[in-house]
Amino acid sequence: MMAAGDVAIRTVELRKSYGRTVAVDGVSLEVRTGEFYGILGPNGAGKTTTLEIVEGLRRPDGGTVELLGSAPWGREPALMRRIGVQFQAAAFFDRLTAREQLRTFAALYGLGHGPADRWLERVGLDGKARTLTQDLSGGQAQRLAIACALVHEPELVFLDEPTAALDPQARRNLWDLLRSLNDEGRTVVLTTHHMDEAESLCDRVAIMDHGRVLVDDRPANLVRDLDAPVRVHLAPGRVDVVAARALPGVETAADDPESGLTLTTRTPSAVLTRLAELDALEGLQVRGANLEDVFLQLTGREYRA
Amino acid sequence: MSTWGSSFRGVGVALVKGFWRDRSAVFFSVVFPLMFLVLFGTLFDSTTSSRMTLLQVGDVAVLDDLDEGARGAFEQSFNVTREDDRAAALDEVREGDADVAVEMDGSTMVAHYTETDQVRAAMVQGTLSAFVNSANLAATGEPPRFSFRAESVEDDSLEVIQYFTPGLLGWAVAMSAAIGAAATLQGWRQTRLLHRIQLAPAPASAVVSARVVVTVLTALVQLTIFLAVAMLGFGLRLEGSWYLAVPLLVAGTLSFMAIGLLAGAVSKTAEGAVNTANFVVLPMAFLSGSFFVLDGAPQWLQTVSWVMPLRHLNEGMLDVLARRGQGLTAMLPQAGYVLGFGAVVGALAVVLFRRANG
Repeated sequence: MMAAGDVAIRTVELRKSYGRTVAVDGVSLEVRTGEFYGILGPNGAGKTTTLEIVEGLRRPDGGTVELLGSAPWGREPALMRRIGVQFQAAAFFDRLTAREQLRTFAALYGLGHGPADRWLERVGLDGKARTLTQDLSGGQAQRLAIACALVHEPELVFLDEPTAALDPQARRNLWDLLRSLNDEGRTVVLTTHHMDEAESLCDRVAIMDHGRVLVDDRPANLVRDLDAPVRVHLAPGRVDVVAARALPGVETAADDPESGLTLTTRTPSAVLTRLAELDALEGLQVRGANLEDVFLQLTGREYRA
Repeated sequence: MSTWGSSFRGVGVALVKGFWRDRSAVFFSVVFPLMFLVLFGTLFDSTTSSRMTLLQVGDVAVLDDLDEGARGAFEQSFNVTREDDRAAALDEVREGDADVAVEMDGSTMVAHYTETDQVRAAMVQGTLSAFVNSANLAATGEPPRFSFRAESVEDDSLEVIQYFTPGLLGWAVAMSAAIGAAATLQGWRQTRLLHRIQLAPAPASAVVSARVVVTVLTALVQLTIFLAVAMLGFGLRLEGSWYLAVPLLVAGTLSFMAIGLLAGAVSKTAEGAVNTANFVVLPMAFLSGSFFVLDGAPQWLQTVSWVMPLRHLNEGMLDVLARRGQGLTAMLPQAGYVLGFGAVVGALAVVLFRRANG
């Protein structure tokens, strides 16, 4: 086990092309031991290829990777025992039950039934032990996939969009599991499309697009650096839109007779003090910028099919 | 347990369970070919139809007075039943339940038959008049001037079940081995299970061996079921060195797995891989004589047929299972060709798969 704060993953100027398509275009990343690290980006941004290179499934055209102090290319069994991988599509054996699935993965690491059955319980699937994998719900299948990635107790885990296509309850439920993995000291590398998820779980995130890393920082720092105005929403009929525009610090104000008045400001404390004096706080909502705003600011708003 | 042993066992057990729970895979590898065996065995059954049914109405002096030896010969050709009700006997002949009804009209033996099956009708007439002639000759008390003796030679033609059992078994094994390999390769690639396994310390040789051993075991189960059904249901006789069918079948399985791998390597989806494998195996089975004898086929087709590994497997299986006196020397060249073919195709599959997934 490495000590907290050591470098778990370091990539320098990774490059990978398929024909004329440049999938990864000079990616340099550093993930520290014990960190919960998120990789965000639109589809086709190069996240999966970057992970595949780091995991040792693909050989980069250029650049270097260091995974737990070793080079991942070449299938070194000792290194493989230290990493766990969960893929987007549930990569399972056909027509096995949840328990058989886990026991088969344990066998690939030379482990017996004990660890498999413990992990089945840990992810809350002991009641589904005899259920065929294809009959599990989406959330159950994802928890099983994560258990299969962890059955050999790796110190570094790669999770590729584990909450994609889950309902909100199943997502929250999975967050608790993911947090607990990190709390045990495991380094977690997560790719996701959900900004709230990254904001809530990750110590640090990298936002990728077109095969490049655009930013790499703590979610809170990224939001602060965005310097986006705060939006203040007032209940209908509290303040007149013209009066609202005249308040010091208010940048814009828009009125909607149904839902009320919306202001934007970069000095929320001054504006809120004035609104309190006007007795307009009843039903008021304040919404700051979040990671999603950062993401859209960096990757653009246009729809990509 | 070592990682090799544990991975081999784990993946092997997973594959056996996955196969057994896949009803359509079990159906297509065991039940479906068996249906053909039963169908062909019943359609072309020659054991029960060789004797003709004869109804004897009242006393028939020619038959009743046959001596011991002649009576035995007669009963080899005819299955004699006594039916003294003349009208009922004629009805049975009319409805095809009996081949002929005979009665005496004074000193004339009258045979009643239908012309529906003309070959059979001719056989009935010829055989009966031969017996009447020899009875006449015996009645004169003169020794016959000419005599006749038949001697059989071991020939190349085989009873239908002896021919079709090895052929249909070869087709069954080719189908399940090729489709199994194709579906596993593409299915695992698509769900990324292949990548997932690559990221475990399990040695590739352990995983590949598990797949090969499970497929070979499946082929041996197919062999056992086929031989049991053919022997118990249709009178298949196993010749001396039938056990050589086992190594021959193993060679065939490996070769067909290579064909399946190639189908998997050139396909983009698991369904496509299975269809491609089927697309190769079914015509190969036709060209290899699994469904009909190729002796009448044109020369160029015969030549093409000998390229197919299944043709060599079928020929080798026929030699060791059904042809007397054929052993190791007949089997080895066929097994060698089958293995060589598999090695070439397998190598090609590996190259193509690596290129597609580089």
